[in-house]
Amino acid sequence: MTESVLSLPDKEYMLPGNRTCAGCSLGIAYRHILKALGESTIVTVPASCLTVLHGMYPITSVNIPCMNVTFPSTAAAAAGLVAGLKAIGKKGITVVGFAGDGGTHDIGIQALSGAAERNTDFIYICYDNEAYMNTGGQRSSSTPLGATTTTTPVLGKAQHQKDMPAIMAAHRVPYVATASSSYPLDLYEKVKKARDIMGTRFLYISTPCPPGWLFPPKDTVKIGRLAVETGMVVLYEIENGGFRLTGASERLAAKGSLRPVREYIELQGRFRHITKDQIEELQRWVDSRWEEYLARQTPRPPDYSTLQN
Amino acid sequence: MKKTANNTQIITGNYAVALAAKLSRVQVVAAYPITPQSPATETLSQFVEKGELDAEYVRVESEHSALAVCIAASTVGARTFTATSANGLAYMCEQLHWAAGARLPIVLACANRAMGAPWNVLNDQQDSISQRDTGWIQIYARNSQEILDSIIQAYRIAEKLYVPAMVCYDGYILSHTVMPVEVPRQEQVDRFLPPYKPHTVLDPSTPQNLNLVTLANPRRDARGVMCHGYMELRYLLQEALENSLETVVEVDREFGDVFGRSYGGTHWGYRLEDATLILMAMGSVATEATVAVDQLRQRGHRAGLLALRVYRPFPKQDVISATKRAELIVVFDKNISYGYEGATCSDLKAALYGNSIQVPVHNYIVGLGGRDVKARELADAAERSLRWAEEGRPQKEVEWLNCHI
Ligand SMILES: Cc1ncc(C[n+]2csc(CCOP(=O)(O)OP(=O)(O)O)c2C)c(N)n1
Ligand code: SF4
Ligand SMILES: [Mg+2]
Repeated sequence: MTESVLSLPDKEYMLPGNRTCAGCSLGIAYRHILKALGESTIVTVPASCLTVLHGMYPITSVNIPCMNVTFPSTAAAAAGLVAGLKAIGKKGITVVGFAGDGGTHDIGIQALSGAAERNTDFIYICYDNEAYMNTGGQRSSSTPLGATTTTTPVLGKAQHQKDMPAIMAAHRVPYVATASSSYPLDLYEKVKKARDIMGTRFLYISTPCPPGWLFPPKDTVKIGRLAVETGMVVLYEIENGGFRLTGASERLAAKGSLRPVREYIELQGRFRHITKDQIEELQRWVDSRWEEYLARQTPRPPDYSTLQN
Repeated sequence: MKKTANNTQIITGNYAVALAAKLSRVQVVAAYPITPQSPATETLSQFVEKGELDAEYVRVESEHSALAVCIAASTVGARTFTATSANGLAYMCEQLHWAAGARLPIVLACANRAMGAPWNVLNDQQDSISQRDTGWIQIYARNSQEILDSIIQAYRIAEKLYVPAMVCYDGYILSHTVMPVEVPRQEQVDRFLPPYKPHTVLDPSTPQNLNLVTLANPRRDARGVMCHGYMELRYLLQEALENSLETVVEVDREFGDVFGRSYGGTHWGYRLEDATLILMAMGSVATEATVAVDQLRQRGHRAGLLALRVYRPFPKQDVISATKRAELIVVFDKNISYGYEGATCSDLKAALYGNSIQVPVHNYIVGLGGRDVKARELADAAERSLRWAEEGRPQKEVEWLNCHI
């Protein structure tokens, strides 16, 4: 079923007001994710901008059970929640680990890979603002080529982004999906779908960050959309190994063309030092990835159901 | 493993660890292999796979994750267990702090081993001593019976005070040597150790955000109620650790009532009553030191042993009363606080300060990386210290026993 804004559940799990920056996309994503997950959920969160969103003791901006954990341990903590709930005989609770790109691609990858290899029954959500924003915008392995960060301040990052969803797909977990805060209904549907699958489910969400990417707070949704329209972010899902472009990316594939990456880069101060060569390289990277995705489109997912816990 | 009629089994320290966890009916186990701890958790995995222990065993990919699993499972209300050694314990460091800060009664067995570099799998106590300021109770066992009994006791203590507890036992010396151990019956243990009652249960029916950012100062909640700041929370942890001394003694006494064995609570002594030359040690060195005490007595010295069983919290008052008559205290440390001296020696001196006990304290660093320590060598060292003191020289530099430099 295709969702519309009107069919979303009324219940709000994010309370009015939180401590994120003006124009932060994380709140948009989080609000829809929590609605899709519903009541019977426990979330675990490491150090990140999400901790900032959550507020400061004894006041929190969310109405969900949440366990804060150390920066590298999100997925292991989720595995502990799953094991603990099973051990005490509580059933029907969705366990969700929710971390940033640094907490996922970098310091948390070991715990995540371990939990995925064990096919732990939980949802892992990585929101990607493409740097360590909580600590002031340092480079992460998800920072794009040519972007300046507080630790690549002069030359910009010299490497491409780590392809985390592909790494998770290589674990052959039952569900991997990418989404964007600028397409909240697509995101909502994917989370709802993930909720009802058993085993490790991995969701990657692109979440533009005005102070980190250096664009005006009013442009958050626009930048997120441009990321998809230029192919810097591609929306897809991999269900039991079957790859499918979804939402806006599926429509772009049908239409047959992406917008040039330059249009996306131009609007963000973080790319102020990017060279012409780097822009070309970035365009080549986007194009070859896009070709790969188009070639992988499978009409129907093959059924090699993974072992369930 | 051999069994006898009164359920005495001839087992290793590691096997005693696994049996203790099983008898404590742990619900979630998460561990990662490291020598010399591995046989303990291998045995536990066997108990779980054979259906002898009804627990979730999470075969994590690191010690950091092992403790993450315990932290999370404990938060939703499960009794949790892990075990490790040396670099594994060091790898857990931030999680050790987190477990204590979150006030979770996790029990960890540490088979004490030397820290790399260079690699060394043999025994000393540098690993757990370096984690002493993480807010965990630390109990040091002297034999396999005490390992088994202390783990069961540790759950009672930890779950009363909501403080995690570490039971330390010397690698190889205790972990891999077999000794007769009286294994308690499950019904007895069940009577002694009721099921775990968490202080807060994380559940969707009562949403809470646990351990989010907390400011230094107290702050009002949405209803206007003043809540603790970070500093107050730390004070409460310290208060719990201090109170745990009493609990340790109480639990040990009750254990004695039920099982007929107790361990002196925070410390134990050997020929201490009239001793003026007091040796101090912890773990298996303390056992070795009892033989040294006998030898010193034979050589005409009024020697005795003060063995620490609990290192954190530090049993300050007990140490003061046990050393009242001392004319010389000789401390053997299987650890070194680099740039200073052995850790238990520093703590002993600090305990004595301002208590009108003016006694020379000599410190020997022994047995690092598995260097053998014989009772005779401990006795000789104590005699050397005696001569030193008799010559009227109050201070003696820290001496490394058997170190060929
Ligand atoms: C072990 C450890 N190292 C470093 C930190 C400091 N730290 C806290 S949050 C953070 C960055 C988080 O980045 P990311 O996961 O991308 O989330 P974001 O803040 O960007 O939302 C860092 C480096 C920490 N808390 N723990
Ligand atoms: S730094 Fe970026 S991600 Fe973090 S709160 Fe601000 S806008 Fe959101
Ligand atoms: Mg980030």
